[in-house]
Amino acid sequence: MDFTLNEEQTMIVDMVRKFVQQEIIPLEKDLDPDADEVDHDTYAKLVEKTKAMGLYGLDTPPEYGGPDISMVTRTLIAIECSQHRAGLYVPCYNAFGGARQAQLFEATDAQKEKYLYPMLKGEKKVFFGLSEPSGGSDPARAIQTKAVRDGNDHWVLNGTKLWISGADRADYGLVFARTGGEGRSGVTAFIVETDWPGFNVTRVVHTLRSAKYATEIHIENLRVPHENILGEEGGGFAIANDRLARQRVPYAAECLGVAIRAHEMAVEYAKIRETFGATLSSRQGIQWMLVENEIDLRSARLLVLDAAAKCDRGLPFRTESAIAKLVCAENGFRVVDRSMQIHGGLGVAKDLPLERWFREMRIRRIGEGPSEVQKHVIARDIIGASLR
Amino acid sequence: MSIRLDKPWIEFSKQSIDRVTGHLGVYQLGNAEKEIIYIGVAGARSRFGLRGELQKWLELDDIATSFFRLEVTMAYKTRHAELLQIFLHDFKRLPLANKNLNVKSMGRLNVG
Repeated sequence: MDFTLNEEQTMIVDMVRKFVQQEIIPLEKDLDPDADEVDHDTYAKLVEKTKAMGLYGLDTPPEYGGPDISMVTRTLIAIECSQHRAGLYVPCYNAFGGARQAQLFEATDAQKEKYLYPMLKGEKKVFFGLSEPSGGSDPARAIQTKAVRDGNDHWVLNGTKLWISGADRADYGLVFARTGGEGRSGVTAFIVETDWPGFNVTRVVHTLRSAKYATEIHIENLRVPHENILGEEGGGFAIANDRLARQRVPYAAECLGVAIRAHEMAVEYAKIRETFGATLSSRQGIQWMLVENEIDLRSARLLVLDAAAKCDRGLPFRTESAIAKLVCAENGFRVVDRSMQIHGGLGVAKDLPLERWFREMRIRRIGEGPSEVQKHVIARDIIGASLR
Repeated sequence: MSIRLDKPWIEFSKQSIDRVTGHLGVYQLGNAEKEIIYIGVAGARSRFGLRGELQKWLELDDIATSFFRLEVTMAYKTRHAELLQIFLHDFKRLPLANKNLNVKSMGRLNVG
């Protein structure tokens, strides 16, 4: 594997790195340590700059106005974008276009007009409603929200969704519901507008990620037009699964980016902090922690780029993306933890970003499929049989 | 866990505010009828946390505050947003002294 950056990638990485250092990090000096957004005018100025770079709409396909970049380049950008305090969950405060509901690119022309294009223009906000109290890692079995046909033109939905980000502020979203029997083929994706009667965001779920909350949604006799089915009836699982596999790669890369910055901070601090007449960096105990960080980071980088490269070559990359997500989240968490330890009391104070990264990296070991589920996916592919 | 902040109201006075800790958290100010007139937050940039934020209000006389109540929480940002949303749900408007906030940018909760 040769992951030497080509000329264009080198230029992009350099450009994004400067953007983070010169535009994003200075902003954070005045923001609350748990901030996850900047004011409207500041955001507009940042977006102007990412558009000038030709990198706005990172996850938007080129035919819809996004940049024409490979998954490897997308991954390299994710590694750079996340290297600031809020970077793990809101890289560059979404100045590169924010998260996109990629499934909407599969919409019909009418659905695109009504839902996709307003989202791409930033006029409308969208949520992704997959997980339920019964689980999120195994949606084919866990989904209990039911959709029942009501005449030819409508469906009636009932159920509860949990851990849904942004539903309280969204204009519409994707809700996955069971239209058939058990298993994958029984799940259908619906585009649901949040002001329709029967759609209720009933509570905020507070987590370690204190910058942003998840929500719980109660759906009660929500009538959805048949034309709002996304894809085919019974095709919801494939739509959801596609998103999960593709997004795992930049998701993993963001864990790596934060860990790289934590490690750099630890190295800098170890070289200047003195105890008992010598710098921390001269102590073998600290040196070994830095070595372990370095090995964790290098292995994570190789594996996430390997997954991205396989995706670019059109090869199956489900196992690779699962390995990347698993290793980047687990290694990244360990790196942040060691870096905090090296910083001593300062490491746990809100003066530095380490404590926020520690809390948020802990969530990353669970979000987008826990480490154990990634192992399950990898094992299934190794053994070549469906494990139950 | 109660969604609404239902801690007991405390008299809004220098003496009682000086006893408040410097933790991070959220607070509400109430008028003489114990109606919420402001929902505030003591974030990590607050020099003396909840005590410091409440002390600032002692120096202001633009709203008639008679009571306060508070909740210590590390999730001060999300809890603040939640309390504002609950108030919006209950009264279809923001508290009197929060009127500078943009309602449109807030989420909608239907807490029942």
